[in-house]
Amino acid sequence: MAKNKKTTRRDFLYTATYTIGAVGLGATIWPFIDQMNPDKSVQALATTEVDVSTVEPGNSITVLWRGKPVFLKRRTQEEINEARAVNLKELKDPQKDEERVKEGKDEWLVMLGVCTHLGCVPLSNKGDYKGGWFCPCHGSHYDVSGRIRKGPAPVNMEIPKYEFVDNNTIKIG
Amino acid sequence: MSDHEYQPTSKAGKWFNDRLPLLSLVSHLKDYPTPKNLNYWWTFGGILTFCLLTQIITGIVLAMHYVAHADLAFGSVEHIMRDVNYGWLIRYIHSNGASMFFLAVYIHIFRSLFYGSYKSPREIIWIIGILIYLLMMAAAFMGYVLPWGQMSFWGATVITNLFSAIPLVGESITTWLWGAYSVDNPTLNRFFSLHYLIPFLILGLVVLHIWALHVPGNNNPVGIDIQKPSKDTVPFHPYITIKDIFALLVFMIIFAGFVFFAPNVLGHSDNYIPANPMVTPAHIVPEWYLLPFYAILRSVPDKLGGVILMFSAIFILFILPWLDTSKVRSAVFRPIYRQFFWILVLDILVLGYVGAMPAEGIYLVLARVGTIYYFLHFLVILPVVGYLEKTDPLPINISDAVMSGSSNLSIAKKDEKKV
Repeated sequence: MAKNKKTTRRDFLYTATYTIGAVGLGATIWPFIDQMNPDKSVQALATTEVDVSTVEPGNSITVLWRGKPVFLKRRTQEEINEARAVNLKELKDPQKDEERVKEGKDEWLVMLGVCTHLGCVPLSNKGDYKGGWFCPCHGSHYDVSGRIRKGPAPVNMEIPKYEFVDNNTIKIG
Repeated sequence: MSDHEYQPTSKAGKWFNDRLPLLSLVSHLKDYPTPKNLNYWWTFGGILTFCLLTQIITGIVLAMHYVAHADLAFGSVEHIMRDVNYGWLIRYIHSNGASMFFLAVYIHIFRSLFYGSYKSPREIIWIIGILIYLLMMAAAFMGYVLPWGQMSFWGATVITNLFSAIPLVGESITTWLWGAYSVDNPTLNRFFSLHYLIPFLILGLVVLHIWALHVPGNNNPVGIDIQKPSKDTVPFHPYITIKDIFALLVFMIIFAGFVFFAPNVLGHSDNYIPANPMVTPAHIVPEWYLLPFYAILRSVPDKLGGVILMFSAIFILFILPWLDTSKVRSAVFRPIYRQFFWILVLDILVLGYVGAMPAEGIYLVLARVGTIYYFLHFLVILPVVGYLEKTDPLPINISDAVMSGSSNLSIAKKDEKKV
């Protein structure tokens, strides 16, 4: 190197070459990474419409959405009251029941039926909480709002994006 | 180069290198003395390594999305083209990559033929190279079957039927290859398995190819041995690496040109029709890189004879180092051989052309003349010319050939006479 650290033409050429080379390499590598992401045919299945007209209060149905079960539970007024009477301070992942349902559609709990611990499917109407869920893999108990109450799972079961197309149809995704 | 003595400077490096001399290997590859007169025809070894790695990487990716089943294969390839993120790009790189691989390997082989790189003491390098070439053809053929289009299916049918020409056991062998009574799902499944295997066999042979190369070192355009390494050679790094990278970039521009602007120009549109065992396409031809051998096959009006001649055309290359009787390596100093070399190039191009044409009329005549000449070149011309030819005087050493003030070797050669 020269004693005076003057930037030379050659320094510029090196930097420019390495920069273009790095950008080119990155642009080449990206397709090889992105090809493993969900492809267009998978994305096309990203919404599911469910007819819920036959579900009686107190019952639930399970549908498959993106390869995972979704629980659609039509709760009784008693169950809703119970879910809302819980003191938030008792909860591991405090969340109001109102935040977990659509306003005016309080009886419908639409929830990803996947335990937030390690991904097993919890069993309905099992565990220490009435109307709730129990995961047989590692013993997580969820209440009637799908909130984690006991066991190793860190957070409440996830509420997916969904909407009511009409009174009897729910579109998930 | 086992005499290579290398000591890592760091303590950790020395500890590691004493147990696994990987750093010695890297040092050897860096310092590997290379003739300083190598021209751009010598950059194709690096380019071919790039091609192999590209095929392996894109191939592994395609195998993540492809389904090797007769009912699903065609659909899965279209799924790759339409749905998979950048699937179109990766498949086009893979399919055009095969063509680019063969383009590079043909240049590499003809480089060897022109400069006599197959001659003593490099026969083993040459033989391993031909083995690699054979495996490449097998891999390319099986890969072409996988999309399960019309050309895939009928190409597989025609090529596997070649083995039925073998007397007595031919039919059994063909049935064994198929795993059915025609090309069918079992055939596709095993071809997929083997298509995945072969590139790794090639990779192993490439290691042996380079290992064998590093024993005598590179041949060079004047084809004489290195006299004084300090005068005649340069270290591989940075001199050859930078030259290889430059050539590779030019090669990649052409490669990208095909991938982005003419991805299907080297293929056949019939292969976008799903395989149909009931209908053969009107005109069935292999990929361009197999055409000369296809022409040889069709030039013989006998089933067994055609098959024998076609395989002989490849296997004859194994004994090439002993067919060429000349002691002078480089065609630069072989005025007669040099002309026959170019006639052979022309002959193979003609064979390739007629291989793509219907097997009738003038094309059949040309194919027969071309086939006869091909064998004449290796079996008669090469041994005879080696004896009769009066070669030009060779330079005393590589350095003189380079330093004579001109890049034109024939002028360098004349200067040599005056000395």
